[in-house]
Amino acid sequence: MDELEAIKVTFFQECEELLADLEGGLLAMQDGNDDGDTVNAVFRAVHSIKGGAGAFGLEPLVRFAHVFETLLDAVRSNEVPATPDLVVTLLRASDVLADHVSSARGLGVVDEAVSAAMAAELKACTDPNAAPAPVAAPVVEAAAFEAAPVAAAPAEALIGADDALDDDDLGFDFQPMTITIDEQAADVAAAVGNVWTVSIRPKSDLYRKANETALLLRELARLGPIEATLDASAIPPLDLLDAEAAYATWTVRLETEEDETAIREVFEFVDGDCDLEITRGEGLNPDAALAALLAGEAPAAAPAAPVAVAEIPAPVVVEAAPEPVAVAPVVEAAPAPVAAPVAQAAPVAAAPAAAKTQQIDVPGPGQSVIRVDPERIDRLIDLVGELVINQAMLAQRVGEYGIAPSSNLAMGLDELEQLTREIQDSVMAIRAQPVKSVFQRMPRLVREVASMTGKQARLVMDGENTEVDKTVIERLSDPITHMLRNAIDHGLESPEERKAAGKNPEGVVRLAALHRSGRIVIEVSDDGKGINRERVHSIAIKKGLISPELQLTDEEIDNLIFLPGFSTADKISDVSGRGVGMDVVKRSVQALGGRISITSRPGQGSTFTLSLPLTLAVLDGMVVDVAGETLVVPLAAIVESLRPKPEEVRPLGPVGSVLAVRDSFVPLIDVGLTLGYREASPPPTEGVVLLVEGEDGSRAALVADAIHGQRQVVIKSLEQNYQQVDGVAAATILGDGRVALILDVDAVISLRRREPPRPVEPTLIAAE
Amino acid sequence: MTEEIITTTAERRELISFRVGEQEYCVDIMAVREIRGWSPATTLPQSPGYMRGVINLRGAVLPIMDLACRLGMPVIEPTVRSVFIVVKAGDRMIGMLVDAVSDILSITDDLVQPTPDLACDAVRSFIRGIISIDGRMISEISLDRLLPEREALAA
Repeated sequence: MDELEAIKVTFFQECEELLADLEGGLLAMQDGNDDGDTVNAVFRAVHSIKGGAGAFGLEPLVRFAHVFETLLDAVRSNEVPATPDLVVTLLRASDVLADHVSSARGLGVVDEAVSAAMAAELKACTDPNAAPAPVAAPVVEAAAFEAAPVAAAPAEALIGADDALDDDDLGFDFQPMTITIDEQAADVAAAVGNVWTVSIRPKSDLYRKANETALLLRELARLGPIEATLDASAIPPLDLLDAEAAYATWTVRLETEEDETAIREVFEFVDGDCDLEITRGEGLNPDAALAALLAGEAPAAAPAAPVAVAEIPAPVVVEAAPEPVAVAPVVEAAPAPVAAPVAQAAPVAAAPAAAKTQQIDVPGPGQSVIRVDPERIDRLIDLVGELVINQAMLAQRVGEYGIAPSSNLAMGLDELEQLTREIQDSVMAIRAQPVKSVFQRMPRLVREVASMTGKQARLVMDGENTEVDKTVIERLSDPITHMLRNAIDHGLESPEERKAAGKNPEGVVRLAALHRSGRIVIEVSDDGKGINRERVHSIAIKKGLISPELQLTDEEIDNLIFLPGFSTADKISDVSGRGVGMDVVKRSVQALGGRISITSRPGQGSTFTLSLPLTLAVLDGMVVDVAGETLVVPLAAIVESLRPKPEEVRPLGPVGSVLAVRDSFVPLIDVGLTLGYREASPPPTEGVVLLVEGEDGSRAALVADAIHGQRQVVIKSLEQNYQQVDGVAAATILGDGRVALILDVDAVISLRRREPPRPVEPTLIAAE
Repeated sequence: MTEEIITTTAERRELISFRVGEQEYCVDIMAVREIRGWSPATTLPQSPGYMRGVINLRGAVLPIMDLACRLGMPVIEPTVRSVFIVVKAGDRMIGMLVDAVSDILSITDDLVQPTPDLACDAVRSFIRGIISIDGRMISEISLDRLLPEREALAA
């Protein structure tokens, strides 16, 4: 059963993609983009989910998808107008559908009541007069759009002469063709009632695509009572039988209230893979239809016959069955080998056409994508990391031997360095993914949180295609979820308050991703009321998080919300307000070497800014010496490096000093002192100064003893075997094989600010 | 596999003994990954005094702990004969700086006596028990609590 399981896994992967398409399409509709393509895409997504689910017998999912799809079909054919209200309903339905998929996957349970209510709502939305579209659930979405079946055409022509309303619908499009049929059918209906005759003659391609006539019959039976007759007369004698060919023909007498479109939809997935006749009334004598069908096959088969001649295994069979009576008819019936391949030829002739369409039909962009076990990529990345270290080590050794930079060896090493870097970039690119995979889960979250809190919120997303390493992507979801919840629950006002404030009752929450100076920045902003600073301040004092006499800037007050145990919600809601929100976010972000901050403008809203490294694997850094230790300063943070002149260093206050840089004054921070490597700092003029910029844009001048140069380093976790260290972002291994620490520039700046210590939780200041 | 280890542990297990100053200590051999000669470590800022820093162990960053200092004794002055024992404690690997490795002991659990009450807190929490063998007193180190708790990181 492993194989089936594997297919199921693929199905669920596809479901994820389809659900994302569905949601994306619905959101596009919500934004007023309800052209046919979008609606069709939405329909197809639900339809494909239903199709796959049917193949795996996931009944609850199929049932719900069916109702959903029926409504979408009505929307597609403009029977139900796509009003904004309807789209909202559809969006909620897509959430329920996602729940069904998860539950089918064994993750979570569907709330049956919700599902049933949703289904009822969907049914109510569907115009009761419109034809429901009970559609078959085959696995392969294999409608042959272009390749009109060669063999079918003549048969069509013969029968089509009898009943003109049938002959246009085969194989070109599966849009319901309701225009002419209804009128004409109405006349006929008066005469023959609701009886239809459906003749199905599958081609071998139908089976090749893993469809099954029994499924078709079952679907037909859903429309009304059926009476199916199998005509097996075309089955050739055993020795001529091609095991992969199709010979049988079914004639079904169907009584149904549905119209022809509904019947045709049953065959939507086998379009072109079977010859199909649908006639009203008892219609044609089944025998006549058959005769016509068989006649139709001949011309198509004939040209192909010579091709197949060589394959005839007939003699073997004849020899093997020389005597008994039972086998006799087989032997007798065996015609000359040359005549044999007639039956076989049909599939041969049809195959190229089918093959062509199938390529087009493979759903999604999956074609050029290889699915690789992520562990293999991780292993490759580790290896490349080691290669980079090794290359650096080699370069250093060669340097130590005093080999001229113009020598062949040194030049070869330079090339090696470039190649290594390219390999590394390429490998990292393999793992880079757009943040879309995280973002696409958010619209649902926003809807749910908004409805839970009674607010109206619209999510606007930006920069979904911003790429970032997989290691980072996986950890984006939680902080974003928290920030969005917070923005809706605490940021946005209720619709009434908003109206009173002269705003649109619907609040806008914006989620954006962008690259900024070698990092990915995620912004979550709302247009709500902003942070109530007085309240935040008083709560923080009441809860004993800060001392009352402390004077805080607006920015510092805003960042109080990141303190553990802080919550401003008056009552504890389901959504947030337990006071475990923002401090958890902050710590998980910091653990990633990231930073989070908030800016707020009263009455206009707040913006959370989350910045993370693009990858957790490599970093460009400046190697410096501080008090005998080697440190790496992330290049992204460095604005410039300079050797300060005595007149540029000005003392400020009892211990501090600032550096004059082009008319602005920047605090001087001795890294060695801040990290505790030394007790007293040497005069800054003896060292070098790295002018750095923190995440919040604040500048500082870091004093180091010497600069060794710029290098790409592989980030090694300190937490893996130890723990996070204040002021240190991570570790790396240098060319000499020793560990060097990577400086956390922002932490160093805030460590410095903490002197002299204030009676505040350290986290407060670190939040900046 | 684990079961097997447990059963052998219950009967007879092997310990590696080593010297810290004038005292003898030991750890379960199953926790020991390797023993390496001393090499200078990169100092970690803002760390407790017993953390000697970190070294590169084949591409991984390995913290080195001065065991003497952790047990409240004077800091070990590393010599050429100093070694560190790489052990697995929970999901972390650490190097314990000790003066010298002595030998491998094979003991049964009934030889382990509880830590006497007079010992100071640090010693009591890091020592599992005391083993008396051939007139020597060897204290077994409990690795679980040796490293400071990680700051609770958000899930």
